[in-house]
Amino acid sequence: MAIDTMRACGDYRTSYAADQTIFATRLTMLFCVAAVILLCVLPLFASRYTLSLFIQMGYLGIAALGLNILVGFSGQISIGHAVFFGFGGFASAYLANQGVPVPLAIVLAGVWTTVVGLIFGLPAARVKGLYLAIATLAAQFILQDFFVRAEWFTGGTHGAMAPPFTLFGYDLSSDQYYFYVVLFFVVVTYLGATNLMRSRDGRALIAVRDHYLSAEMMGVNLAKYRTMAFGISSFYAGIGGALYAHYVGFMSVEGLDILFSIQFLGMIIIGGLGSIMGSLMGTVFMVLLPEATGWLAGALSGSALDQALHLKDGITYLREMLIGLAIILFLIFEPDGLAHRWKQIKAYWKLYPFSY
Amino acid sequence: METQLLFQLILNGLIVGTLYGVVGMCFVLIYKASQVVNFAQGEFLLIGAWTCWWLLTAWNIPFFWGFLIAVAFMMVFGMAVQLVVLRPLIGEPIISVIMVTIGLSIFFQALMKWMFGTFAQPFPPIFTVDKVNVLGLQVQTAYLLSTGVSVAIMAGFAWFFKYSRMGLAMRATAFSQQVAQSLGISVRQVFALSWGISAAVSAVAGVVVGMVNGVSSALSYFGIKVFPAVILGGLDSIFGAVVGGLIVGLLENLGQFVDSQYLKWGNLYEIIPFYALIIILMIKPYGLFGTRDIERV
Repeated sequence: MAIDTMRACGDYRTSYAADQTIFATRLTMLFCVAAVILLCVLPLFASRYTLSLFIQMGYLGIAALGLNILVGFSGQISIGHAVFFGFGGFASAYLANQGVPVPLAIVLAGVWTTVVGLIFGLPAARVKGLYLAIATLAAQFILQDFFVRAEWFTGGTHGAMAPPFTLFGYDLSSDQYYFYVVLFFVVVTYLGATNLMRSRDGRALIAVRDHYLSAEMMGVNLAKYRTMAFGISSFYAGIGGALYAHYVGFMSVEGLDILFSIQFLGMIIIGGLGSIMGSLMGTVFMVLLPEATGWLAGALSGSALDQALHLKDGITYLREMLIGLAIILFLIFEPDGLAHRWKQIKAYWKLYPFSY
Repeated sequence: METQLLFQLILNGLIVGTLYGVVGMCFVLIYKASQVVNFAQGEFLLIGAWTCWWLLTAWNIPFFWGFLIAVAFMMVFGMAVQLVVLRPLIGEPIISVIMVTIGLSIFFQALMKWMFGTFAQPFPPIFTVDKVNVLGLQVQTAYLLSTGVSVAIMAGFAWFFKYSRMGLAMRATAFSQQVAQSLGISVRQVFALSWGISAAVSAVAGVVVGMVNGVSSALSYFGIKVFPAVILGGLDSIFGAVVGGLIVGLLENLGQFVDSQYLKWGNLYEIIPFYALIIILMIKPYGLFGTRDIERV
């Protein structure tokens, strides 16, 4: 009875096993597998530009998932996710330059970032909510300063070269092959996160988020799980950053500023806090938003609006403004994000024509 | 000489510290009245300074009137932000509220960059004397004025909260919204007004800083520097914000002194408040004067 193809509306799961399946129904599982297979054949005919967008969604999506575990599932705010992303990139570049094979370097970079994340997550054992947000804000500035200073590690202001991704002597750094590498990591990390949320640890994280006093009374070690959430989130950020570094071939401290951290927060808010697939949806939105802006500005070029606003020169600012605006509008009108909207759309079809 | 430099830096620290104190006060005002952590405080400085600059340069309005109009505009602006953006979020979790102010912050920062460019624009000269000699140290006139204005603002705040009707209403609201409401205080008005006052006073600080350093998006950095100050002083203590601001200002400049004389690290000046912030959060998260949250089950 565990997995049915269809599920009636409402929550009719009667056993823990049914409540904890990775995929709610067999159909969703088929959909997910189909989507991955579809993505597998994509590089055969997609253009380089499309592929680069997909790769971008991949590595940002992994990092966003990490942030969602921290913010959405354990209820702590981090305004310094970009520096952990950056740390992963630098660590992987550093390790690969020391002679560690790149695939291994990426994983090791994740582990390194976890350690750094745990150090900066230590205040989480003591403070929460707003105070924690401000502590991570400090982490953002301290680590950013560290990147500029630690030349042995990051190459200072010049940045560090990251060697191309090779596996068993094959060079997989072209967009076509790297797409598969990123896809592999995305599938593994997303399955990993889904599994985490089915485990005792995952449920403990959610309990800490929902009511930490009750959770503590139930025997959940608050300090442990709060710090652990930081560690997991940093691990994902590190993997994402490492994938980015080897994709671009170069890692620099530029761009790891607070705006990038906010962009990550934007992704998970738009996608849906506390939803694993939501992280991916939000990332897709956030990656496509600048592209759509650019496309819109291109379409309007020469028109009166363009002349009045100088769209071409202001396009960077317009993008930043739209990010801010998207965050505000989603928080006011759709606080549960795209994942929630997606559920409602599904529910609409399921209940059609009786949409009570 | 070194001592000369040290004194100069200490003086700078005190002057900048009072400004941090003023911005910190505005931040605490919003936090106390409406329980919102305003990450867009720096943008209030930025928008106020740009508005004043624009009035002065594009319309050739005398400084005094331009300044007043800018402050009045910011008052309305602050209320509008509260009304349009923050009001729908009353009762939402703290993450949403923080995020919406962060969203506001990047929105307005980008908007200001778009409208006025990224380069620092100097204010038209206002004082005939650029620098004044105080006890053998060179001080910019604008800085002297800023200290005067800051102290005046602090005194004004003290009076406002102690004697004025609205100030008392605000304190009552900060104490307990339900009790305040049952006593006939319009909590909505208090919320809106606290945002208005905060924005207006921030604009004053923005104009003052803009007169010295020129107006640029760097002004919004004040909004971030304010965090170490208010955490140090205690998030819900207006007096603490002033003390915290002074300490952070001094700390920055002493950091610069140690850095330039001994360590030669580079920008210790900018980063030292954040180290201090982490340390305070570790040992005394409620700051020097903040109320400690006691949780009972």
